Amino acid sequence: MSNFLFGRYLPGNSWVHRMSPQSKLMLCFFFVIVIFFANNVWTYATLSLLLIVVVLMSGVSIGYFLKGIRPLIWLIIFTVLLQILFSSGGHVYWHFGPFSVSDLSLINGGFIFVRFLLIIMISTVLTLTTTPLAIADGVQTVLKPLKKFHFPVDTLALMLSIALRFVPTLMDEMETILNAQRSRGVDFGSGSLRHRIQAAVPLLVPLFTGAINHAENLSTAMEARGFTDSEHRSKYRVYRWQTKDTISWGVFLLVGILVLFLRNN
Amino acid sequence: MKDIIQIKNITFNYPDQPLLFDQLSIDVHEGEWTALIGQNGSGKSTLARLIDGLIVLKSGQIVVDGLIVNDDNIFDIRNKIGIVFQNPEDQFVGATVEDDVAFGLENRQMPREEMHKVVESSLKEVGMWEFRDRIPANLSGGQKQRVAIAGIVALSPKIIILDEATSMLDPRGRQEILDLVTKIKQENNLTVISITHDIDEAATADRVIVVNKGTIVEEDKPDNIFGDIRKLESIGLSAPFTSQLIMALEKRGIDSSSQYLNDKRLIAWIKQLVSNK
Repeated sequence: MSNFLFGRYLPGNSWVHRMSPQSKLMLCFFFVIVIFFANNVWTYATLSLLLIVVVLMSGVSIGYFLKGIRPLIWLIIFTVLLQILFSSGGHVYWHFGPFSVSDLSLINGGFIFVRFLLIIMISTVLTLTTTPLAIADGVQTVLKPLKKFHFPVDTLALMLSIALRFVPTLMDEMETILNAQRSRGVDFGSGSLRHRIQAAVPLLVPLFTGAINHAENLSTAMEARGFTDSEHRSKYRVYRWQTKDTISWGVFLLVGILVLFLRNN
Repeated sequence: MKDIIQIKNITFNYPDQPLLFDQLSIDVHEGEWTALIGQNGSGKSTLARLIDGLIVLKSGQIVVDGLIVNDDNIFDIRNKIGIVFQNPEDQFVGATVEDDVAFGLENRQMPREEMHKVVESSLKEVGMWEFRDRIPANLSGGQKQRVAIAGIVALSPKIIILDEATSMLDPRGRQEILDLVTKIKQENNLTVISITHDIDEAATADRVIVVNKGTIVEEDKPDNIFGDIRKLESIGLSAPFTSQLIMALEKRGIDSSSQYLNDKRLIAWIKQLVSNK
C-alpha cells in the first residue's frame, strides 16, 4: 500500500486544494496538451516555471513528488536513451553500428526527460490535492456535455465513486487471501513464469468471487435505501467554480499563448 | 396493539430449490421489538428481503403499515422500512461517512440545504459526527454499522429491520449497536425486527419468534422461550448463558422455578438463595 500513489490524497488547505476539482482536472489536461506544443528551451523553461509555482502553491513537500516519479524512472530512462541513441542529424560525437550520439539527439533526450517530468508532476499535484471522491465528481461535471449524446454520465460517475471506495477494501482482501494461501503452502513470486501464473489462480479466483458477493450485497443495500436510477437524484456535494479557478485559468491560458509565441515554427 | 406488518400465508422458494416457506403467517405489532431466531437456512434473512420487496413472493400477501407489498407501493414501503444488513463493508455506498448517510436522501431528491441538516443531526444521533470525513477503510465494524444506522435514521422510517446486523461485530460493538437501536426506538417510537443468532440479543426483545425450516416453531415472550433449554437445543439453538447456569445448578440439586432470568434477576436470585441458607 505504501508505494501506491494513485488516489493518495494529502489533506491541506492551500490555494490548489481549495480549487474546484473540475477546473483542476481540465487545467491538468490543458497543461499536458500545451507541453506537446513546446519544442525549444524557452518554451520548456516557461512551463517548468509555471509548474514550480503550482507545486509551491500546493504546499506539498517535494519528497512526495519524487515518490511519484520513482516507479516510472526506468520507463523515463529507457525512452530518453532510445531518443539519444537512435535520433539522427546534427553534429555526431560518437557512433557505433546503428547507435549514434549527436548534439541534436542529446537535446531531444533532454526535452523528452523534461516532458515526462512535467506530465508526472502536474498529475501528481492533482491526485495529491484532490480527494478521489472529488475527482469522481469532477469527471462527472467535465463529462456533462456528453449527456446530449445519451452518454450515461451519472451512472459512470456512480460507478467511478463506488470503484474508488472499494479500492482499499479489495486491497485488504487481497492481502488476506495472499496470506491465507501462503499459509497453505502456495508459493507466490518465485519459480518459472508458468509456475507464477499458476500460483496466481488461487489468489484471483477468491478475489473475483469475493467481488461478486460484494456487488450482490451492495446492490441489495442500495435498493433497500431507495436507489432507483442514477439520474433522478439530488447531490449532497457540490463543487462550485470559484474566483480562484478563474484566476488560475487566466494564468494557464496566458502561459499557453506565450508557449505558442515562443515555439519554433 | 395494531399490526404494522402482516405476513399472510406466504409461499416462497429460490429458483431450483425446495420450498422455503409454505403458508407462513407472522404478525408484527407496532412499537414492539420482535426477535426472529432460528438456525442458518431457516429463512430468516429471506423474510427481511420479502418484507422490503427486494425479492418477489410466489403466493400470499405481505402488508406493511396498510400497504400491500407490490410493484406500485414498493417505494412507499421502502420509505417506511430501514434495514441494517449483516456485512458492514458491503452496505457502505458512499466514499465517506457523510456521503453514505446522504445516499438515501439523494435517492429521494431532498434539496441540498435540508440534506446537510439531516445528515448532521443523524450523525450526531449515533455519535459519529466527528468521523464524517473518514473513509470506510479507516472505520471499525461497529462504527460502520453506526453509520448504516445513521443512514436509516436520516430517512426517519417507522420500522427498523436488523438483519444479523451485529453478527460480524465483537461483543462490545454488538452491545453498543443494540443500546443505540434501543435509544432510537424509544425516541422515535419505532418498530424493530431483529433477525439474529445471538440469543442474548433476542432475550432483550419484547417478543421472540422461533423459525425452523420455514415454519414458526414458537412465538412468545423471551422469558417463556428461553426457560426451556431442551426444546431450544432440539431445534439447534443454544440457550442463553443464564439459563445454562440455572440448569447446571438444578443438576446439583438447587431448585429454581425453571424460568428464564436475565443477568440482573439471576444475580438477585442467587443472592437470595445465599442469604436464605
